Amino acid sequence: MAVYTPHTQDEILQMLNAIGVNSVEDLFADIPSTLRPKSFDLPPGVTEHEASAYFNALSRRNATGYVSFLGGGYYDHFIPAAVDAIASRSEFVTAYTPYQPEASQGTLRAIFEYQSMIAALTGLDFANASLYDGGTALYEAIAMAVRSNGRRRVIVDAGVNPLFRRIVATYAVNIDVEIIESDLKDIATDQKRIESFFDEAVSAVVVQDPNFFGSVDDYESLFARAREKDIVGIHVFYPLSLGVLKTPGEMKADIAVGEGQSLGMPLSFGGPYLGLMAVDRKYVRKMPGRIVGETADRNGMKAYVLTLQAREQHIRREKASSNICSNQALCALRAVVYLSLLGKEGFRKAAIISMERAEYLRHSMKKIRGVEVLKGRTFNEFTVALPGPAIDFARAMLAEGFAAGVPASLFYPDRPDQLVVAATEKISIDDIDRYTSAAKKVLS
Amino acid sequence: MNITVQDGYYYSKEHEWAKIDGKRARIGISDYAQQKLGDITYVDPAQKGKTVKQFDFLTGIESVKAASDIYAPLSGAITAFNDTLDQSPELINQSCYEDGWIAEIELSDPSETKNLMTAAQYREYAGGLE
Amino acid sequence: MKLIFEKSVPGRTGVSMGAADESVLKSIGDRYLRATDSGLPEVSELDVVRHYLRLSQLNFSVDTHFYPLGSCTMKYNPKVNEAVSSLPGFAGLHPYLAYIDEGSVQGSLELIHTLSSFLAEITGMAGVTTQPYAGAHGELAGILLMAAYHRSRGNKKRVVIVPDEAHGTNPASAAMGGYDVVSIPVNSGGGMDLERFREAMNDEVAGVMLTLPNTLGMFHPEIREIVEMARKHDALLYNDGANLNAILGKARPGDIGFDIVHMNLHKTFSTPHGGGGPGAGVVAVSEKLVDFLPTPVVARADDGKFYLDFSLKNSIGSLASFFGNFAVLVRAAVYIMMLGREGLIDVSEKAVLNANYIRVKLAPYYDLPYNRTCMHECVFSARRQVRKSGVHAIDIAKALIERGFHPPTIYFPLVVDEALMIEPTETESKETIDAFIDAMIDIANLADTDPGRLKNAPNNTPVSRPDETRAARELKLTWNP
Repeated sequence: MAVYTPHTQDEILQMLNAIGVNSVEDLFADIPSTLRPKSFDLPPGVTEHEASAYFNALSRRNATGYVSFLGGGYYDHFIPAAVDAIASRSEFVTAYTPYQPEASQGTLRAIFEYQSMIAALTGLDFANASLYDGGTALYEAIAMAVRSNGRRRVIVDAGVNPLFRRIVATYAVNIDVEIIESDLKDIATDQKRIESFFDEAVSAVVVQDPNFFGSVDDYESLFARAREKDIVGIHVFYPLSLGVLKTPGEMKADIAVGEGQSLGMPLSFGGPYLGLMAVDRKYVRKMPGRIVGETADRNGMKAYVLTLQAREQHIRREKASSNICSNQALCALRAVVYLSLLGKEGFRKAAIISMERAEYLRHSMKKIRGVEVLKGRTFNEFTVALPGPAIDFARAMLAEGFAAGVPASLFYPDRPDQLVVAATEKISIDDIDRYTSAAKKVLS
Repeated sequence: MNITVQDGYYYSKEHEWAKIDGKRARIGISDYAQQKLGDITYVDPAQKGKTVKQFDFLTGIESVKAASDIYAPLSGAITAFNDTLDQSPELINQSCYEDGWIAEIELSDPSETKNLMTAAQYREYAGGLE
Repeated sequence: MKLIFEKSVPGRTGVSMGAADESVLKSIGDRYLRATDSGLPEVSELDVVRHYLRLSQLNFSVDTHFYPLGSCTMKYNPKVNEAVSSLPGFAGLHPYLAYIDEGSVQGSLELIHTLSSFLAEITGMAGVTTQPYAGAHGELAGILLMAAYHRSRGNKKRVVIVPDEAHGTNPASAAMGGYDVVSIPVNSGGGMDLERFREAMNDEVAGVMLTLPNTLGMFHPEIREIVEMARKHDALLYNDGANLNAILGKARPGDIGFDIVHMNLHKTFSTPHGGGGPGAGVVAVSEKLVDFLPTPVVARADDGKFYLDFSLKNSIGSLASFFGNFAVLVRAAVYIMMLGREGLIDVSEKAVLNANYIRVKLAPYYDLPYNRTCMHECVFSARRQVRKSGVHAIDIAKALIERGFHPPTIYFPLVVDEALMIEPTETESKETIDAFIDAMIDIANLADTDPGRLKNAPNNTPVSRPDETRAARELKLTWNP
């Protein structure tokens, strides 16, 4: 059994004497016998080496040996070793929320740098200290829009990550917000169709770039139309793509949100990830979550503090802008270290090389009989139509050592034969050649 | 708590004041309110042209330690917002009855002052709170 | 100290990515490409490592300092948790794989299933969801479950009752779920005012949110009457499990009559706080709410294989992209398995012992508004110091920082003026606690003799007290060249 309680018998007695009770159990006298546990049937404790062996064996029951072409919002990008080295420092890992600035300048400065980088990447004015993940960040953006213009209808493009949309639908059920989904044209956003929904009842419009199927678009004019009708423009982005793609700021989005996993987070079966949020100046005071600001201490030295806390739940309670009371500080730290390491040049290169690999794969797949590569501008992810169900293909490819892509039918039942395929800079040309050979074999 | 109360103004229980000038009223928060809030950091610009009912939400105000609502002490249409508060919200701490005014309202029913307190009544009311 | 941007030198990079062919961008077209700079710094790997290592040294943390932060349970975070959570079989697993082939992810599914069973047994509940990413997220999950339950029964409910000592997240979550919040004050014993509760209780009440033990560190004896009264009106009982560390193996929310409980794995089950996250806010529910849980649920088939079950007809939907903060779940599973039944009971016993020891030792020096046996934390008030010498809780907090201790929680609970909420946790030794007690006594004495010194503290930290008003007025939130 593991023991993290350091008390010796002698010390326990001294402490009980000081308190003036005879036994530790006396301290629990407030819990009446009728409220004591009916059972507490847990296994006996084990040693550290026993636990390690058990969990090691368990981890090996997962198959992580596949060459992975899975994307759909979550990507296997390269993570430099220095990210883990910094992010495993105890001083970051075991600190609490930086409410006491004199004892937390490390976390606060790192978050300030993180906010600065997210703002610069997105081309918007301000970013918060992070939210839970991309999907919850999208909900928070929608809630901001509803708070700011008081309208209750939101237009969401069907190309927005379906997992995000599912979270939004779950959150919104009790708060009288109507979500209208706008259908795609093939794999691209149908901007004309989205505009046809615009009227005085619409609070916000949500589009994603690149969208779930990999299609790249420019929403500048869509956001301009929205602005004319006082509709908030919400842009969902894939951070690594901003190494090259037009930014939410350049498209004049009001709010940009994204899943930050690709900025140095391991895939870890779904989390922890990182919710990114950046906003235009006029929304800064409506932004949920934590925000770090620069100020000076009593000696005029630069100092960093959590600011705009008055809007948060611990002060405002039921009137707060959100119930959120944490951020993903350690994940934000990973992101800021990752972005610093790659820097201006490395970040752009990571984007370009990912795209190069995807382009090479796209051209190779075009040559496979029965495979249709769906048309459109794409970045590092694209969609193919297969001769049969994509889920069957994906399963057959696992046997060949490849996680071949995300079957669209998992979320779009009317697209049974479509597979969304992604590449990152970690994929080699050789991997791709072997992938296409395996695909030919599976399809023949 | 030592508070000042401006004579000639009307006051609400929520610590807003109104200074009546014919069919118009200037609105602000009392010395009691500004002391309770502490250093004011931001006042949400009230929307000009919007009509408000007596005791309904007018706009929001933030200090380092609190964010609270300001209620309209009288009904009417908002005709002006004190734009200097954008750069200098501390005016409310420094001069809550003069330079730190918040909004002006074109009154729809001047007789509503009967629902407010006079300076003397408010002095007693606020003094009894602590 | 400079920011990383100020260390940037054009042409430098911290990592070599290999050759990149810009011409590939032609297939997209200029209109779709960014015209502006990414604004990222240009620094070497050593620049980056040195910069962030220096930043880490500006922090207090559990591994470097005693952190008696009330209601946060800053216990020691065992290192084996970290090692296991970063095993390649866990850290490298893509979550979509679960949707394509469950056979490829049996290890992770089994882990989620095992942890869920442990947590159901610990809380005395019937079902569990691991999706919520944090305590507040778990509260929202609970509120949505509550709403779905009432909707399914055709109940028209619009109110959630919350005592005023509760965490601010409770009313905020209820409001986010669309409910009106009715706040009930505490009575002189530190429990909820039963008379006021009775008046507020009617058929419009959807639920009652209670922290157990409450945020004053009390196990409210009124709990049984509260449960009964809520039941009469078909209101659900929600337990904010932030303080579960006090009652492991001593009481279970399910046995007491709660319908929903959220647990903060980063408090009770030793996963690190990370400077504000990520945590995990797993929710457990009673039998009648199992059908409403978020999907997918990890289930076990008759042949022993684990699979994703999407079949719950009344499910509220999804609160997370996948299964919650999986790497945090791993850490909690390791912890529970290592401690086992007896180890968990030992946790709450030592946590309560440490808190009461501090309570008794400091009682002569600071006011104790609710002076009776406490559970895992005790709440003092600095009002005596305020009255005598104008020294506030915040000054005591800053003086503690100067002495190498993280301060107690001081902005909470709101029902205690000038609160000093102390939660030592079970992992601290008597020597550490005695040293903290000595520091608190020294500060109490200084408040009498030399209050000015406390008002100026801290003097030995990277920065002295920052001007928070200026931060909120000027809003400098990003670095600008």
